Amino acid sequence: MNDLSHFETPLRQTPFHARTSAANKLNRWGPWAGYMTALCFGDEAMEHTAIRNGASVYDLCPMVKYRVTGPEAAAYLDRLTIRNAGKLPVGSVHYTVWCDDEGKVLDDGTLFRHGAEDYLICCQERHFPWLKASCAGYDVQVREVTEELAALSLQGPCSASVLDAAGFDIWGLKPFRMQRFGFQGGEITVSRTGFTGDLGYELWMTPEQALPFWDHLFAAGAPWGIRPIGTDALNLARIEAGFIITNMDFIPADQALREDRARSPFELGLDWMIDWDKGHFTGRRALIAEREKGSNWALVGLDVPGNVSAEGSILYHGKKREAGFITAAAWSPSVKRSVAIAQVEARYRKGDDLWVEIYALRELQYVKLMLPVTVVERPFFNPARKRQTPPARF
Amino acid sequence: MPSFDAIVIGGGPNGLACAARLAMKGARVTLLEAGPACGGGAGVREFAPGFFAPALAHTTRGIDARVMAGMGLERHGLRFHPALPTVVLGADPLTVQRGKTAGPDAAAYAALMAKLGEFARVLAPFRGLTPPRLTSSGNEWGKLARFGLGIRALGKQDFREFLRMILINVADVAEDELSDDRLKGLLAFDATLGAWLGPRSPNSLILLLNHLACGLDNLLPVGGMAAAATAMVRAAEAAGVTVRFDAPVAQVLVTGDRAVGVQLASGEVLTADKVISAINPRITFQKLVGPRHLDAGFFARTAHIRSRGAAAKLHLALKTAPDVPDIRARMVVAPSVRAVEDAFNPVKYGEVPKAPVLEFVLPSVHDAGMAPEGCHSLSAIVQFAPHQPKAGLEAARAEMLQNTLSVLDNTVKRESILHAELLMPQDIEARFGMIGGNWHHGELAVEQMLFLRPLQETAQYGTPLPGLYLAGAGSHPGGGINGSAGWNAAEKVLHE
Repeated sequence: MNDLSHFETPLRQTPFHARTSAANKLNRWGPWAGYMTALCFGDEAMEHTAIRNGASVYDLCPMVKYRVTGPEAAAYLDRLTIRNAGKLPVGSVHYTVWCDDEGKVLDDGTLFRHGAEDYLICCQERHFPWLKASCAGYDVQVREVTEELAALSLQGPCSASVLDAAGFDIWGLKPFRMQRFGFQGGEITVSRTGFTGDLGYELWMTPEQALPFWDHLFAAGAPWGIRPIGTDALNLARIEAGFIITNMDFIPADQALREDRARSPFELGLDWMIDWDKGHFTGRRALIAEREKGSNWALVGLDVPGNVSAEGSILYHGKKREAGFITAAAWSPSVKRSVAIAQVEARYRKGDDLWVEIYALRELQYVKLMLPVTVVERPFFNPARKRQTPPARF
Repeated sequence: MPSFDAIVIGGGPNGLACAARLAMKGARVTLLEAGPACGGGAGVREFAPGFFAPALAHTTRGIDARVMAGMGLERHGLRFHPALPTVVLGADPLTVQRGKTAGPDAAAYAALMAKLGEFARVLAPFRGLTPPRLTSSGNEWGKLARFGLGIRALGKQDFREFLRMILINVADVAEDELSDDRLKGLLAFDATLGAWLGPRSPNSLILLLNHLACGLDNLLPVGGMAAAATAMVRAAEAAGVTVRFDAPVAQVLVTGDRAVGVQLASGEVLTADKVISAINPRITFQKLVGPRHLDAGFFARTAHIRSRGAAAKLHLALKTAPDVPDIRARMVVAPSVRAVEDAFNPVKYGEVPKAPVLEFVLPSVHDAGMAPEGCHSLSAIVQFAPHQPKAGLEAARAEMLQNTLSVLDNTVKRESILHAELLMPQDIEARFGMIGGNWHHGELAVEQMLFLRPLQETAQYGTPLPGLYLAGAGSHPGGGINGSAGWNAAEKVLHE
């Protein structure tokens, strides 16, 4: 590839491609942030089962990553994000979001604090212009490091045992904490984080370490049936965990074309993260106004009768008046019921007299269902092993 | 720690007008001026021993009538010389006063100026209005409707003509309506004076309409431009304003998400219920407030308020009077529309024009003491000077001076020049805190006018930071020595 032939390979390959392509029996690929990513390696049900009952490996490389360094990195992130980044201890991780001036969410992501003046942002969308503009007046450097880091997500109840077998003593590692381990003369970072709502770890390394580490991990994990998983299985697991995804459950404010599409942290149920007392942050004044005035939308978890996925369906109040729409839905193998994540107009957030209109495809023919839904707490699936330290040995 | 109802930063005409208006309504107001004298763009400068010139602006289109009457400026000693006629210099000089002139185009010019004067008349009231917000609430609907109707009341023919011309470029108007190059050049020069536009640039006519809406004449205060500032200071002090000199502000202080005062460069802290900045909006947000109290998007936008200046200021100390038909007049050297356009084109590339266009006055003719007996001081605004010269500031200044003196060769004898001083846009920026050397503290152009001036979020004089207001030329309706923006801002503050 040169400067003039980049269009011939519109999707890049991750550092794990040699292994993921060999394992991808269905050759099912999808684009993610400019990379080829496996949607399913062979059997979605088996891959989901690995997440919930064994050990699964997901190639995380396309996740967009920014490194924030400098004496004022904490102050910068406190101004950028709604949560208190200064209070995040070194070696810890937290989930966070950042907003535009109007208090509408630009993206969510995880923030890793590697040092007093060294953070890593991982997110779904690219934000360099915004992150750069936010630098003005701060002694801080922001660099995109997506290509400099390779990462795998090892998730499932047996993931701790697999890491132990691979030579990493992670038994004391608590949720949202990180630990460094030596690996073949280099170092890899293990964080107890993930996107499945289960026991799991994310493993961070250089692209050069990618293939040797993959081979090492899969050799160590063989007794637990370790298997690579695709995005389809992960998506099912994240719905069970009640997690939202940018551009699937909400549109980032800077990408929204329609004025009413942008959403605030209140409207996504993320206002619990706002630190009102840390000083000014971008969007704070707009969010104070919203706190006083009330929000237009609410994000809710729904229990849907039956077993037909309600994906993309419209919600009605009293079967008549449009009340919202479903952004993610699935029949959950873990909780054995049909669940959904939905945006509803704020006044319907309690879910009284709320109905979903599902178009169920039955042998080429759509059948219209009007079913009563119940607003329920997320996560839908919330196993204790997610938090348990040390995790159980298998 | 002294505490006030309002602190006004900047002692230019807008700061003075704003402070006086607030004080007259009973507020305890302190005005902080960074330098040893008030006036901002209306000051005086001894540029050579015994030779004085207006530090920046050398005429005004008139002080805002509300400021004039409200502050009682006449009572405080502000008088004007009779309106200066304009003489277009050249092989065959032409005298112009308002719409009156001679030559083949006399009638056409009178008709054109009558038409433009009408347009300016119906636009003028908008200058005294808080720019409307594009929302349903909080606007002065009554006034807006009245002023809007005023435009409609021009009559069908003129209203249509108004709509056709409002965003047109001045070169097209000159070509359409006139045939005399001297008048076409004058029109092109007047429209682009102080702008970063050539006569063929889109929307250049509206700047001329804005000049005309300020006033139809070029006026010079008795005692020079600084006399206007002196009268305004006197009036402000009489109204109860405490004026402090040599008190540059280092920082706007914020507590509990509200501007609560300022810290001076000396370290002294002053607190107030309201902090009103009548200095450059970019400097206000970028330097005095800083990013920690502002949203990232807004803060980034404040760094990009367009502010390119292309007007240079020339001061000449002359042994003898220049060779002009009317020594009292404002002299314009702008031989044609093309000449003005040609003078503009090089600045786009950071270069100096071969033949700049300019206007000059002789302050020493109007007020004794501006130059030693028998000598004269000459004050010229020379366009267009690059604000980011490719050749570097010193080389560009030298070239600009040489080219300007060449343009003046037929008027000012080289041997009569005792001293020459040329202020490039960068010099003006350094001396007056005008970013890019733009005299309006942010380009006056359609995309930065009315509810877009200086930025949409802060066009109604309030800012995203509660307790902080803008009152300078960077806000609607822009610059010129008239005090309109300051008065508007005070009205807005009082209205809240």
